Amino acid sequence: MKILAAIKQVPARDTQLRVDTDARWIEEPDASEINEPDAYALEEALRLKEAHGGEVIALCAGPEAASQTIREALAKGADRAIHVEEDALHRFDVLGVARILAAAAAAEKPDLILTGLQSDDLGSGQTGVVMAELLGYAHATIIMQVEAQGSGIRVKRELEDGWFQHVDLPLPAVLTIQSGINRLRYATLMGIKKAKSKEVRKLTAAELGVPPAASVVLDRVYAPLRVKRTVMIEGPAAEQAARLAAILRDEVRVL
Amino acid sequence: MKILVVMEHSRGAWHRMSWETLAAAQALSADVEALVAGHETGELAQELARKRLSRVHAMESPLLAEYTADAFTATVAGAVERIRPDLVLFPHTYQSRDFAPKVATRLGRVLVSDVIRLRDDNGLVMTRQLFQGKLNADYRAAGPGPHFASLQAGVGRADAVEAGSAEIVTVRLDHGEPSRAVPHPPFRESSRAIDLTAAELIVSVGRGIKEKDNIGIVEDLARALGAELAASRPICDNGWLPMERQVGSSGQTVAPRVYLAAGISGAIQHLVGMKGSKTVIAINKDPDAPIFEIADYGIIGDLFEVVPALSAEVRKIKG
Repeated sequence: MKILAAIKQVPARDTQLRVDTDARWIEEPDASEINEPDAYALEEALRLKEAHGGEVIALCAGPEAASQTIREALAKGADRAIHVEEDALHRFDVLGVARILAAAAAAEKPDLILTGLQSDDLGSGQTGVVMAELLGYAHATIIMQVEAQGSGIRVKRELEDGWFQHVDLPLPAVLTIQSGINRLRYATLMGIKKAKSKEVRKLTAAELGVPPAASVVLDRVYAPLRVKRTVMIEGPAAEQAARLAAILRDEVRVL
Repeated sequence: MKILVVMEHSRGAWHRMSWETLAAAQALSADVEALVAGHETGELAQELARKRLSRVHAMESPLLAEYTADAFTATVAGAVERIRPDLVLFPHTYQSRDFAPKVATRLGRVLVSDVIRLRDDNGLVMTRQLFQGKLNADYRAAGPGPHFASLQAGVGRADAVEAGSAEIVTVRLDHGEPSRAVPHPPFRESSRAIDLTAAELIVSVGRGIKEKDNIGIVEDLARALGAELAASRPICDNGWLPMERQVGSSGQTVAPRVYLAAGISGAIQHLVGMKGSKTVIAINKDPDAPIFEIADYGIIGDLFEVVPALSAEVRKIKG
């Protein structure tokens, strides 16, 4: 099976975010990491390859700095990578980014494209579905299990409120992967060594024929306004705990 | 502004968020139409016809009896081309997440997903969250419609839907393309052993706990308070607590008297599962954590110090 894992680099979870001067995006973060649901998508791709043979290609659109995430994917076991180098990906809307990824993917003719169900930065949760439509592939979202079955696959889709559903899909297909579908592996020393000699093909959005698009414009990025008046309990931990216990007894009245 | 609301139902029952989306549309425009797609939707369409709407579109086909992305995309994209609304609204449900982006793409448009506020300010402004709720972003619809958005829970209020009367336009579809995906009947993993929805007090733990072995301190606080133990998604993903203790859009929706969140940053997927709680208490080391936006009481601090101290104080009071 030829599997393409579309992964994205996002600001590390505990990094302080600073809105940039024209309030259209954020300043370069101090630390970055792979988008968590994408890490699960990559892991699922590696497991499917180990079970059924084939190839795993990591596909990533982002600035030069995203090389870090691509190297990690190669160290974990991806066979090669495609890096669509684009410094200001936020100038592309959801459709624009999906066009970039779909154009890069189309040339590879993969059997399966796996990606995380959403990103921790934009959180649109659309890239996989839009790619599927652009490529004419079948798709399924929020996937918790993937099994090969005949010439296609059977997936377990998460529904709301604790419900699930199996869905049979023909190949080629796009799946958006839910966090927690598997247990993530760490890169081994051998893997890190091997990654250095693996192929990373560099492309640009312009080479793929995708201009920055804007039928919706990101007008302004800002810190959310606090709507609720929160009583903040200050002081050292012991005092905070004593004060909160008193509130639970006297104001909330549950003790 | 003509707005088309794509309503969601399953087995004859409406998805609650459909009404919230309809109410948000009514608040924005006098010209709202609603669409229901399915097989034998007569009663659902009748119910819609008693709301303040310009028109109800009932899209009928045996192919729509079970949801598939292929059939629903073809149906809704076709309807949008015929109805020509300025704005198409979906409730931001799992089902919409599966096909609304496909509808917009088919028509060469962009869906603004997971919108938390919708207003008209010299044009349509849609607010959504970035970076797991740490920042907000306003998006403006540019150029001619149709524009597409999906609305998160709470944008409109289901009980605010205005009554009225509307004509029903029934369209019987015979486009015969069968779905590529073949869905099987929905199922539940096991009967839910833990019903968090009945709990009066909930102590919930998130990523801030760092390691599985640390969960004991939060569990001990739950024991001291006589509360149920719950968790945010990442804790259950890691297998540190069973999935059935998860609160949020993919877990249980709770509304206890007290919800104490320890080490939970408060991504929207978690907040929608607990924001109906009467009193919310948040303990987090990050002063910018979105959980503080909905907390009644907040402690900025180290949960590894505050939580054990709180357990001790609670036991002191209880005697």
